[in-house]
Amino acid sequence: MLNLDFSFYNWDVISNFILKGIGFSITLTIVATIGGVFFGTLLALMRLSGKKVLIAPATFYVNGMRSIPLVMVILWFFLLVPFMIGRPIGAEVSAYVTFIAFEAAYFSEIMRAGIQSISRGQVNAGMAVGMTYGQNMRLIVLPQAFRNMLPVLLTQTIVLFQDTSLVYAIGAYDMLKGFETAGKNYGRPIEAYLLAALIYFIICFALSFSVKQLHKKIAIIR
Amino acid sequence: MGSSWDWEVFLRDPGGADPTYWQWMLSCWGWTVSVSLLALILALVVGTGIGILRTLQDRPMLVRLGTIWVEAFRNVPLLVQIFLWYHVVPAIFPAMKSFSSFVLVVLALGFFTSARIAEQVRSGIQTLPRGQRYAGMAMGFTTPQYYRYVLLPMAFRIIIPPLTSEAMNIFKNSSVAFAVSVTELTWFAIQVGEETSRPIEIYFGVTALYVISAFAINRIMAVIEKRTRIPGLVAASGGGH
Repeated sequence: MLNLDFSFYNWDVISNFILKGIGFSITLTIVATIGGVFFGTLLALMRLSGKKVLIAPATFYVNGMRSIPLVMVILWFFLLVPFMIGRPIGAEVSAYVTFIAFEAAYFSEIMRAGIQSISRGQVNAGMAVGMTYGQNMRLIVLPQAFRNMLPVLLTQTIVLFQDTSLVYAIGAYDMLKGFETAGKNYGRPIEAYLLAALIYFIICFALSFSVKQLHKKIAIIR
Repeated sequence: MGSSWDWEVFLRDPGGADPTYWQWMLSCWGWTVSVSLLALILALVVGTGIGILRTLQDRPMLVRLGTIWVEAFRNVPLLVQIFLWYHVVPAIFPAMKSFSSFVLVVLALGFFTSARIAEQVRSGIQTLPRGQRYAGMAMGFTTPQYYRYVLLPMAFRIIIPPLTSEAMNIFKNSSVAFAVSVTELTWFAIQVGEETSRPIEIYFGVTALYVISAFAINRIMAVIEKRTRIPGLVAASGGGH
């Protein structure tokens, strides 16, 4: 059977190896969510604009991103971002760019569904009081779409948090890497992976539980 | 981008079992397809079982078991699960030490996806009107019988669209197998991209194969969806009347 020994997880190990990784995983999740929702909303607006020059590139981008594995996207950006900005960069910066670009495709599908769920009358009412297209979107449609889609957006954020572990492919120092390095240094890989799985589980389970609660709350208000 | 294209890299000899890089790439595609299809079969079998457990209203223990299964596999990243199968599970069950990483990845990916398929099977069964279950009971069917003959044939046809995206997800997720050195497409991209110093061309080849795979799954599932269409439902009235 297993001879587990978690005693090497003292405060030194946690502060030296683990916290840095957790910090990066969480920052990456937050940055990618904000950036992804922003660019995803733009993509969604392009696809709903009714103008072919905007619809075609946005559709191509979203469908393209969605048919390639995230690991390949991470590898592609790690290769191409230094070319795009003209100087070598670290795995961490590359991860930020990749996750914003990749998640924008997924968030755009959510925002598109959200915008389409707003009734035509809302848009017409906005137009009737003399609002421009931009005002209508910013003040009437998007706030409602965003609110309706909040549980779905947050669920996607949990998926995104799990996906940050894939920066393993380019060697960025995330939470999983932190546990792995600690496990290697102390010759205790089994304990390291078990603990990593447990921490991921606790974070994701707590988050998805709160999303469920939020969903109930929002459902009542509507 | 600095240097020009060099697509002839695919015609070079890698000096291994395969005579050229493109043939090697196709054999790695074979591994991607094998991992994905085997994991999909495992996920469908286990996922259906767990999904059914979660709908047995008069068996709260089984419902709870199903819930624990789904939450456990859904809330841990796939890569971490693969490492658990690779490092931890063989330490608990010494008999599994002889398993190849291919088998371990199929188990990891299959069980990971089973949790998601279980949720779809459950919602498929729960969207059916209660009357269908009662009708089955009234006919004197046992529980396995009314699942087999009444509920599941309907539920499966309803959930084909989400199953399609799950099947496409499995192909994409199989890329994570590179982490335990299964020689599939992503492993090929990393390994050969470095080895040939032509990563862009190699990545293009690999990406194209992934896009082709995703498209193929999509078409196959569309055919299945059309063949198994339930007559009389709104979603089923796709022309012809």
